[in-house]
Amino acid sequence: MEHLNQWQPGANMTALRQRSRVLSQLRDFFQQRQVMEVDLPLLSRATVTDLNIDSIEARNEEVGAYLQTSPEYFMKRLLASGSGDIYSLGKAFRDAESGRRHNPEFTLLEWYRCGWDEHQLMDEVVELIATLVPEIAVRRCSYAELFIQHLEVDPHLVDLTNLQSLAVAASSEAWADETRANCLDLLFSVLIEPQLDDGLVLVYDYPACQAALAKCAEDSQGRQVSRRFEGFLNRVELANGYCELTDVAEQESRFTEDQRLRKLSGKAAVAADQRLLAAMESGLPECAGVAMGVDRLLMQLQGADSIDQVMAFSWKRC
Amino acid sequence: MLDGDPCSILDNELVKPGKGQAFNRVKLRNLKTGRVLEKTFKSGEQLEAADVMDTDMQYLYNDGDFWCFMEPDTFEQHQATETAVGDALIWLSEQDTCVVTLFNGVPLSVTPPNHVELEIVETDPGLRGDTAQGGSKPAKLVTGAVVKVPLFLDQGEIIRVDTRTGEYQGRVSSK
Repeated sequence: MEHLNQWQPGANMTALRQRSRVLSQLRDFFQQRQVMEVDLPLLSRATVTDLNIDSIEARNEEVGAYLQTSPEYFMKRLLASGSGDIYSLGKAFRDAESGRRHNPEFTLLEWYRCGWDEHQLMDEVVELIATLVPEIAVRRCSYAELFIQHLEVDPHLVDLTNLQSLAVAASSEAWADETRANCLDLLFSVLIEPQLDDGLVLVYDYPACQAALAKCAEDSQGRQVSRRFEGFLNRVELANGYCELTDVAEQESRFTEDQRLRKLSGKAAVAADQRLLAAMESGLPECAGVAMGVDRLLMQLQGADSIDQVMAFSWKRC
Repeated sequence: MLDGDPCSILDNELVKPGKGQAFNRVKLRNLKTGRVLEKTFKSGEQLEAADVMDTDMQYLYNDGDFWCFMEPDTFEQHQATETAVGDALIWLSEQDTCVVTLFNGVPLSVTPPNHVELEIVETDPGLRGDTAQGGSKPAKLVTGAVVKVPLFLDQGEIIRVDTRTGEYQGRVSSK
């Protein structure tokens, strides 16, 4: 009879009041810095091609559409139209993501700074978190530093066979023929993430095979890395940011590669967003952008161990 | 089934790095050894389902080595080891109906009824007239279980207990 009790919210009234307060603190933070809030569509004809992100499908006037997995493409179209610095605080949707730290519909804060690089944006992530958690401990380190510290391997140089044996040792034989990106993700999630320090840990220079929409570059030691960073708050993945890719040709070839990988894994084909490509063709300004999960932020602020405890109605109550 | 042993899933957590492939961190209890272990599976990875079956059976007797249970429809009898009986041991009285989990036809675990009525065989003398007051004392039951009971209860009385929590539920009658 548990489902009959689920008419009630998962979050108690204290948690709901804190959510309301934090949403307004976030808006204050950006208003004080003259970053404009933008209110963007949740329903669109286009969506992301990422291999590991599945969109929830919808329909309008008999035409297929998607609930947006993030406001990124719309925000980049605004940036290309001359918006200047912008932020969005709203909902995003991802199919089949439910768990202690996941809900298929969640609140995402995303912002872009024109003319900044990822390190300047990391500074601002620290400032933002510090307005909510004063005196928070902050550590910044590269992805390679963490792999060398915990596993004694260089994630950019280690060959695939060695990486696969490490993944098998950390889980099961099923990982013996996994891709480089998946083995790295497994090792990071299982062996490194649980060992991260308390407080905010910002990890930069992700592997080139996990660039997503970040620029690629050589690091100080001449290794190919992506200019992508992630933020972890008390060992929970909280934010993902890039020095944004602005080259339209490179963007098109990444979309094509995504589509090839989707086909290989038997996933539904997704067309590349032509309007994003047209915007980039006309010129996306050099910028850095980051997306932050607000529900997970609230979980950390409240010491909640389930996302259900910080949302009025998580999916199981809908 | 994991490495040939039946396991029950205690916890299954979705792990999904932002841009990465989803996988599941699963906490399992090996039903043969009782050990708890953690495993990482790819989302969608298939495991063989263990051929286990829950069957209502009547507890008959303990012959010193084995606990004997009977299927009420077929009168078929099954011998359960002490490992299989496990924590149910302190709640078993003859004729009670339990859930016996069979794995390949052999008892793997025993779940006692949620509520049992058992006689108190040992406790401090009852305090008359103290029925409204709080306070409790330990009482040993005929099956060997020790539960906390209100102060007014006496030896020889029959009480109702929730076997899942070990909590006293009420007095049934005096002998």
